[in-house]
Amino acid sequence: MDAQTLTYIFVAFTFSVYIGIAIWSRAGTTNEFYVAGGGVPPVLNGMATAADWMSAASFISMAGIIAFAGYDASVYLMGWTGGYVILAMLLAPYLRKFGQFTVPDFIGTRYYSSTARVVAVVCLILISFTYVAGQMRGVGIVFSQFLNIPIFWGVIVGMAIVFVYAVLGGMKGITYTQVAQFCVLMFAYLVPAIFISMLVTGIPIPQIGLGAEVLDGSGLSVLEKLDRTLIDLGFGAYTEGSKSTIDVFAITMALMIGTAGLPHVIVRFFTVPKVSDARKSAGYALLFIALIYTTAPAVGAFARINFIDNVHNAEYADIPAWFQSWENIGLIGWEDKNGDGKIQYAPGAPFQGKPIFSNQRRADGSREITNAATDNTNEVYVDRDIMVLANPEIAALPAWVIALVAAGGLAAALSTAAGLLLVISTAISHDLLKKTFAKGISDKQELFYARVAAATAIGIAGYLGIDPPGFVAQVVAFAFGLAAASLFPAILLGIFDRRMNKEGAITGMLAGLIFSFSYIAFFKFVTPEMNTAEHWWFGISPEGIGSIGAVVNFTLAFVVSRLTPDVPAEVVAMVNNIRIPKGVNKPSMH
Amino acid sequence: MMNEENNDAYWKANIRLTLILLSIWFLVSFVFGILLVDTLNQIQFFGFKLGFWWAQQGSIYVFIILIFTYTVMMQRIDRKFGVSDDDEDDAAKNEEVQ
Repeated sequence: MDAQTLTYIFVAFTFSVYIGIAIWSRAGTTNEFYVAGGGVPPVLNGMATAADWMSAASFISMAGIIAFAGYDASVYLMGWTGGYVILAMLLAPYLRKFGQFTVPDFIGTRYYSSTARVVAVVCLILISFTYVAGQMRGVGIVFSQFLNIPIFWGVIVGMAIVFVYAVLGGMKGITYTQVAQFCVLMFAYLVPAIFISMLVTGIPIPQIGLGAEVLDGSGLSVLEKLDRTLIDLGFGAYTEGSKSTIDVFAITMALMIGTAGLPHVIVRFFTVPKVSDARKSAGYALLFIALIYTTAPAVGAFARINFIDNVHNAEYADIPAWFQSWENIGLIGWEDKNGDGKIQYAPGAPFQGKPIFSNQRRADGSREITNAATDNTNEVYVDRDIMVLANPEIAALPAWVIALVAAGGLAAALSTAAGLLLVISTAISHDLLKKTFAKGISDKQELFYARVAAATAIGIAGYLGIDPPGFVAQVVAFAFGLAAASLFPAILLGIFDRRMNKEGAITGMLAGLIFSFSYIAFFKFVTPEMNTAEHWWFGISPEGIGSIGAVVNFTLAFVVSRLTPDVPAEVVAMVNNIRIPKGVNKPSMH
Repeated sequence: MMNEENNDAYWKANIRLTLILLSIWFLVSFVFGILLVDTLNQIQFFGFKLGFWWAQQGSIYVFIILIFTYTVMMQRIDRKFGVSDDDEDDAAKNEEVQ
């Protein structure tokens, strides 16, 4: 069977599993809809958290980013795993003891203020929507590349699936679907990685293969070979960074505390039975995430070696089929600048701007590109997102591995989208309606509004996926900066500083949010031409500014809280209570 | 009052453990993987430059160990101060395991 038929079979099979689970585990109460009834065992919650966490970007793009950025990509590896240490030790157990449904719930109750709650809802919606649009886009891309379905219909199918299990099943449906999705995506990531590690180094464990000798008789290790090859071609060494130390530091910190402040991740820890389970499940979550995050650097390095070996100085006439199939959908582009019929790979952009393909073919069969060529010697444009998806083809792996990768990419995108949509709908039905603007509604009505909000959010996310405004891709990474600067400090202070009052927390959240938002907006949208190191404050890029935003938040919150009235006694009692694991309740039914 | 003193002592023990573990978290990622990366890269480690290994592999392994250490140690501290949640409802717990 060919890869496309197999892909149809794999995707249809995994989708019917997800739907089956959704029907089996549909939610009947708000408690089940919001936090899966609070009875998810820690190992399963760890898997669900890992699937929730592993987005289309982690699955599809991360290894590609590492392949082309080398050491510089370490910020993502450390940032997106180290955040779980903070989450496990500073937030998750205490929020579980608090025992409510949402992040704004905690902020609204702890800071005895509807204003604080609404500010938290605004932060949450801003963070989650920027994030979810990228997921729907990921679904569309996988459909169009592997199944030849237009992106529009790909997104529609993805929306329909998420609709069924998020709207019917709520958190309960999502949790058990995510467990299945984790199994699919882990298998889909590790199988090709093991194959390729065997091919390049003869060692089946990619984490060890990355440090092993290449099987080409050169006696060099993978990283030595990469460093030498890249330096020969005029690139910087793979294992050395090009970013400044302070920027790497700031970005890593922003990603770590941003991870810990992401509402769709935090809420997963509301679903386990006990405080000790919240700690455990953070450990399992990181273990499962690390399976993929420690494999990604190996996949990235092998992919870069394979790419250079296969492409550099190869005659276009003899190029393997995968090169042309990605060229056909416009993610690889080539122009024979020196007219020797061979492909030359070198640093720098080959064309001015992203390549625009005409419908014409050149005499040699390659696609004509209308952009003017640059005057460097690089002749190939390659979209870094294709590395994971193209890897099995580049390494000539069997067709079923390619089908598996497609199913894995979809699992990654759908699981994250569902988790995000749930926190958006919960924030609207629970925090905005039930707790703020429509206090009298019954449990049944609240559940109905939660489903309406989820359906609406899916519609908006789908629209953003089909027709993404240009800024979507730009802002996804900044969801972390905003979470780091707004929600994280407010939650942390709420637990660890008994004297933190509503005046301090609200000032801090708003200042952190506005500061980071303005800095990012200034360099990314207002004056993108100034987005270079000499204009940045202290040399910190917009990606890393969330860590400064957090410092602004902490400082202002502290100063303001010490100059304004004390925290009421019942709130101090509540803080004392969440610090003690004993006496944990299932989330209240109210 | 007795109870309050106990809870304060529990909180101090908790903070102490958390700070120790977080300093290791800081050491392996920010110090080994970022601040000292160039120095550590002079050292070879199973085919890796050591600083690079910390940044892309080692720090992640240590993070996992840190969380599980925290889980186990906190369970002990919880029991020592009599604030553990594990003896609350064993029957319910058994049900969940099945």
